[in-house]
Amino acid sequence: MQLTKFLIGTAVALATVTSPVAAKKKDKEAASAPKSSFNKDPYPSTYQPYASVPTAVTNVIVYDGEGAKFQNATVYFRDGKVEGIETGGAVKDGYTVIDGTGKWVTPGIIDIHSHLGDYPSPGVDAHSDGNEATGAVRPEVWAEHSVWPQDPGFSRALANGGVTALQILPGSANLFGGRSVTIKNVYARNVQGMKFPGAPYGLKMACGENPKRVYGSKGQMPQTRMGNMAVNRQTWARAAEYKRKLDKGENVTRDLAMETLAGVLSGEILVHNHCYRADEMSLVIDMAKEFGYKVSTFHHAVESYKIADLLAKEGICSAMWADWWGFKMESYDAINENIPMVFKANACTIVHSDDANGIQRLNQEAAKAAGDGRRMGIEVPDEVVWTWLSYNPAKALGIGDKTGSLKPGKMADIVLWNGNPLSVYTRPDKVWIDGALMYDAANPKMRPVADFELGQPGEGDVK
Amino acid sequence: MKRFLLGCAALIALPASAQTIAITGGKVIIGDGSAPVENGTVVISNGRVVAAGAGVAIPAGAERVDASGKWVTPGIVAGFTRMGLVGVDAVDPSNDTEARNSPFNASLDMAPAINPDVAAMAVNRAAGVTRAIVSPDAGNAIFAGQGAVIDTGSDLNPVTKAKAFQFVEFGETGARLAGGSRPALIAAFKTALGEASEAAKGIFRDDAMLKRADALALVPVVNGTMKLFVHAESAPDILMVLALKKDYPALSLVLVGATEGWRVGPQIAAAKVGVLASALNDLPDSFEQLAATQSNIGRMKKAGVEVAIGMINDNEARQAQLSMQYAGNLVALNKVPGATGLSWDQAFATISSVPADIAGLGGEIGSLRAGRKADVVIWDGDPLELTSGVQAVWIDGVKQSLVSRQTRLRDRYANPTEGALPNAYDR
Repeated sequence: MQLTKFLIGTAVALATVTSPVAAKKKDKEAASAPKSSFNKDPYPSTYQPYASVPTAVTNVIVYDGEGAKFQNATVYFRDGKVEGIETGGAVKDGYTVIDGTGKWVTPGIIDIHSHLGDYPSPGVDAHSDGNEATGAVRPEVWAEHSVWPQDPGFSRALANGGVTALQILPGSANLFGGRSVTIKNVYARNVQGMKFPGAPYGLKMACGENPKRVYGSKGQMPQTRMGNMAVNRQTWARAAEYKRKLDKGENVTRDLAMETLAGVLSGEILVHNHCYRADEMSLVIDMAKEFGYKVSTFHHAVESYKIADLLAKEGICSAMWADWWGFKMESYDAINENIPMVFKANACTIVHSDDANGIQRLNQEAAKAAGDGRRMGIEVPDEVVWTWLSYNPAKALGIGDKTGSLKPGKMADIVLWNGNPLSVYTRPDKVWIDGALMYDAANPKMRPVADFELGQPGEGDVK
Repeated sequence: MKRFLLGCAALIALPASAQTIAITGGKVIIGDGSAPVENGTVVISNGRVVAAGAGVAIPAGAERVDASGKWVTPGIVAGFTRMGLVGVDAVDPSNDTEARNSPFNASLDMAPAINPDVAAMAVNRAAGVTRAIVSPDAGNAIFAGQGAVIDTGSDLNPVTKAKAFQFVEFGETGARLAGGSRPALIAAFKTALGEASEAAKGIFRDDAMLKRADALALVPVVNGTMKLFVHAESAPDILMVLALKKDYPALSLVLVGATEGWRVGPQIAAAKVGVLASALNDLPDSFEQLAATQSNIGRMKKAGVEVAIGMINDNEARQAQLSMQYAGNLVALNKVPGATGLSWDQAFATISSVPADIAGLGGEIGSLRAGRKADVVIWDGDPLELTSGVQAVWIDGVKQSLVSRQTRLRDRYANPTEGALPNAYDR
């Protein structure tokens, strides 16, 4: 039971890395896309940053998220934005000073693969909202329409994980699972209040065992990996035809599924493709070329190490676990060095969770991977490891210009850690999102408590 | 002739386990909760620990292993697993954890099914896990069968102790298996133990709920000579389990899971029931885990409970290698205001001596105290820290290979591009 849920819920997304060239191409395509007659943002973000004060965190070691490290530094932020990182000199006036002696500051962690909200806690059947497993092709569904904003998991990801933004994806029962949504890790009364302003949509796709098992077992297509590819290609062919009509300004019957796929073909929607095996990733790469789209990220990607050179050449990210393996046949060749081997090949490297527990320890997963890499001779400094946790996932989600690193002007999504953030002995001390203090380990009132937990055993406890 | 010589050599050579080995200069962890010993020595011989700690004499002729700058510990004991029963979880023919279509339940014996060739054995051995408590999963009834204690050594003799315990599901899972409710669960439990009591006297009724073999398998449970591992998560369910002792005073209970154990820590301690607890549950994943917190183990320990780390329903067939990370996280809690963690020494004991004690094998495994089986690991750093790695492993005094199919794949693809021949020729 638990296993079934896990197998289908996990291993979902496929995203494309956006190289500068690809970004330019994308812009061009977007510009040439016809004006749609329908609202492309019918459930707009209503997220607003909470109140903040100008803050200076002093005497800290900083990993800026883009690979730089600063010793004995001060991090300044104001009006929700990073102002800068300075070393030496007196602290400037006009800031609330937080002495971070012995502590570290990093950008908030960004989980590119989560099912919080669409498979929330408690994991009862009534909450199983991640897979529209009624047809293998369901690009018309949107994960945001399943997200329960009261999932207690958001608070754990914040307080224990230092997670400030995440992508919530549909599950992997379907070849086309539907649209993802990227959110700020800030509770709200509805999902619109959590949506990351300006983040592009993603499309969840899935390779391999799950779609063919879910539908094959019902005697439906796909029943095989070749069936997976045939249904994928036929669907993309339909989408290309739909887009051609749109581009020509022809009247088309509104088709929500095709709208999503046309959005992919025009570069507005990023593809996040759950795919374990190297051979299947290789086929997807050619399929994307066949139909003129780009994969942002292969999710799970346990065999990326076998084709790390190809992934580097194609500019596609891999979102990976440190050491998950063997739970299903297509995860049998997973190895602990996958993440560092992808990094070594200069391919885009991301650590993801796909799990309400794992999202609380993504920093630990990155540390394990780095250690395994170093033991096979792959040198990677800790400050570079942090790019796997913040800037790389931000870029793969299309929000790298807004968050994911501590460059001046970016969102002040910041974690103060009570020690080395790549140590097992370290936890978040404070977390700011858009400069607003949203978690403070020293203050029980600054632990968010979801509606579900109110009035029940454990309410407000340290978790 | 060649064959003859090789045969002779094998006869003459001392079995590896009989060798006397002195591991010197390392930071020695005994594993019983005592403080680390700097620059300590561990001497093993004939497959057993001779001595470990400071000021240990090195026997003449001992093979010396320099562990300066390293950590030397007992092998990790994984407190609740299904290791050895699973090749790939979702590949049914390779998965022997449960048998929902079998007519039997309590009599199912895991020991003969432990497969030392499953990949999880080599993977976890290389990670420093040398012993594991292995439980069946419940398929068609609340009683799942008889678990074993195993080693992860690279040989065909994995079983340390067969029929080490009986496993039973309580709580939500037990209720479902019993037909749909907790009252049905209690009825099934009492009926089963009643039939076992009669079976002990040779009475078998025609309308019995249990097969004869299952009733007989529960006889040692009723008379307390076999431990009964009970999976329960919520505080009310745990109290329900503890109350069983009123009707069956001989029961030798161990709690498994116990996510809400902290709410009833004093009661568990007073009942002298050991716990194999999930370390990091902190989500209300079900209505029996509403008060989940990572402080659970620390709070139970503070209340006087004998508690070790177990991994029920947590990839326990393969991921015992996470035991060290879990223990380290409990140490991390000491720096979180309001949380209750463990000291480093206590944390290490939850993955070494304490699970061994709870399984009734503390005299045999789980520490470097004299006389224990010589399961020893050398680490390149703090074994609970994320970036540390294993450098050497002995099980029963036998030096182990650290190669697994994972390391073979790593080596094959260190450079993924094909050379003069396809990668399939690279090994």
